Amino acid sequence: MIDLFVQDLLSQQPNFDHAPAWLKSLRANASDRLNYLKFPTTKDEEWRNNNFSELKDIALTTVDSIVEEPITNPIHILDDHILPESAESLITFIDGRFSHEFSALEGLPTGVFIGSFKNFTHLGIDLAASLFPHIGKYADPEDFFVALNTACIDDIAVVYIPKNLNFAPTLQLLFVSHQGSISQPRCLIIVESGGSLNLVESYIGQDSPHFCNTVTEIYLGANARINHTKVQRESDTAIWISHCAIAQERSSSYTKNAIVLGAKKSRTNLQVQQLGEHTETNLNGLTLIGGEQISDTHTAIAHNFPNGNSQQLHKCIADERSHCIFNGKILVAQAAQLTNSKQLSRNLLLSPKARIDTKPQLEIFADNVKCAHGATISQIDADELFYLQSRCIDLESARKLLTYAFAAEVISKIPVDSLRETLSEVVLAKTH
Amino acid sequence: MIVENSKVILSVKNLTAEVEGVQILKGVNLEVKAGEVHAIMGPNGSGKSTFSKVLAGHPDYAVTGGEVIFKGQNLLELPPEERSRAGVFLAFQYPLEIPGVTNSDFLRLAYNTLQKQKGLAELDLLDFDDYVQDKLKVVEMNPSFLSRSVNEGFSGGEKKRNEILQMAILEPKLAILDETDSGLDIDALRIVSNGVNQLSTAENCTVLITHYQRLLDYIVPDFIHVMESGKIVLTGGKELALELESRGYDWITEEVKV
Repeated sequence: MIDLFVQDLLSQQPNFDHAPAWLKSLRANASDRLNYLKFPTTKDEEWRNNNFSELKDIALTTVDSIVEEPITNPIHILDDHILPESAESLITFIDGRFSHEFSALEGLPTGVFIGSFKNFTHLGIDLAASLFPHIGKYADPEDFFVALNTACIDDIAVVYIPKNLNFAPTLQLLFVSHQGSISQPRCLIIVESGGSLNLVESYIGQDSPHFCNTVTEIYLGANARINHTKVQRESDTAIWISHCAIAQERSSSYTKNAIVLGAKKSRTNLQVQQLGEHTETNLNGLTLIGGEQISDTHTAIAHNFPNGNSQQLHKCIADERSHCIFNGKILVAQAAQLTNSKQLSRNLLLSPKARIDTKPQLEIFADNVKCAHGATISQIDADELFYLQSRCIDLESARKLLTYAFAAEVISKIPVDSLRETLSEVVLAKTH
Repeated sequence: MIVENSKVILSVKNLTAEVEGVQILKGVNLEVKAGEVHAIMGPNGSGKSTFSKVLAGHPDYAVTGGEVIFKGQNLLELPPEERSRAGVFLAFQYPLEIPGVTNSDFLRLAYNTLQKQKGLAELDLLDFDDYVQDKLKVVEMNPSFLSRSVNEGFSGGEKKRNEILQMAILEPKLAILDETDSGLDIDALRIVSNGVNQLSTAENCTVLITHYQRLLDYIVPDFIHVMESGKIVLTGGKELALELESRGYDWITEEVKV
């Protein structure tokens, strides 16, 4: 029996007649899956700490893709979020649709494509052949929200970096959610073998209830490198669900810095598959929330081949009545001998009413591996406060400085100067 | 140095204090005047470190009696940051590591807070950098330590040098050095002691808390006090250190019992 919420959502979809055949069948398959996939509830182990059932009660509208009038409302919130480093390498999607007006893609190197899949024109490369095999391949098709996103694909943000090309500028993908809407952004990032990319994915929203359900699939060819920073600064009334699936060929390196600050309720799913030997994965995460916010992060790194490396640092700071959840799975398959994996979950409670749940989860089937993991939950250390006070700094400033320092360990890893500075200021302002 | 008719900076009378209900200080009396260097020695657990923490205002220690007057002001009624701003400096036995805060940001924040308190201009990044360069020389510290996180990954000696650097920047009236010599090799001990000696003037005073005589070869005190069971039981000149070094503390413990 199909969920009423889904039925309602699918029925609001625009007419997809103009879509290519491969996309139609992708969507149709996902729609079929929604017939048996259940809306996750707290009875499902993977969702037990975070309940999204209120989605069903919120009357949200999807954006009709037929109406082409420009959306002017979000302009004033955009300016603050466009990175100066990305002045000529920016794509903006408003409510899941490509916005020409707010995208700037000047003088891209030959062979690079960045933009809506609808504009994908590549000399000598067949669209269906080069993109279609990747779309829907990495994100778990049996996940309810992934299926929902796939069933509704209208536009796709595509980044294609050809073989051995180092794309030097910082590329920014900016996703804006408009008031009272459902937006389901879809991204596909392909860096072919030997290529490299520095990517910033930003999510912002207008200060109104809306639902953003995003799916990003990333493919790294052999020896490819991606440094990926994802920043979620949604409005405090938004509901935000994100899936990011990464497939890494041998000797590739993927580094992620994920920052979650906004949304009333948010869920981040991150899945990494190592598809060859000597593959490297670095995941850094920071969640800083307060008020009544709930933020849930589920990550999984699958080591399937020998000599794989992974490092993960996840930090949560929960203030007031907020609730942070972290679940970090590391899978080491039997073939993945000589895997070297480290995971650390560090958590800071700023208020007696705040809550943090953390769960490192290691499943190791190989016998010759090095896997370390640790989890801590603490308050601000009283001795550290005293140390700062004994250096003239008052208690309030000392608290702020120590909280900031806790967050700074993750923020300092972001390779984009302006973003690092902005986030430092945001964090300082939030730690009161 | 002992200066004739100099002002009393610190006056401690009959100070008693406890931690978690256990009485540690049982009536400490001490008077320190401008220009003087005092050493407090004594066996482990005699209350030396507790005394230093009580003076700096550590929240775990509860004062149960007595008084502490610092430059004519009741020190005990001030929170820790007010004490440090008034000119009390505690060099920690175990300086804390603060990952994520650079040493220079930390030093500048401390310095500017003090400047603000005094009604003086705060220094911006560049001006503060100039100011610090001179202070680094006091403890022969490499400027690269400024851009590292506070004490993170510092060796024992580097941490102690960083403490004296903070002292050089904040220019306290009363410096309390809690076991500053512990964990130092001979070169680091020389550098740290040189730093302390350079900062010692006729206007300020120093209280050294130490277990060993070794430090007193480098920083020569005007007075030595021996603490035992939460009280100062013996006071003498610098020659007392040698006697303690050869005879240990047991004879004092015995005499106190008698």
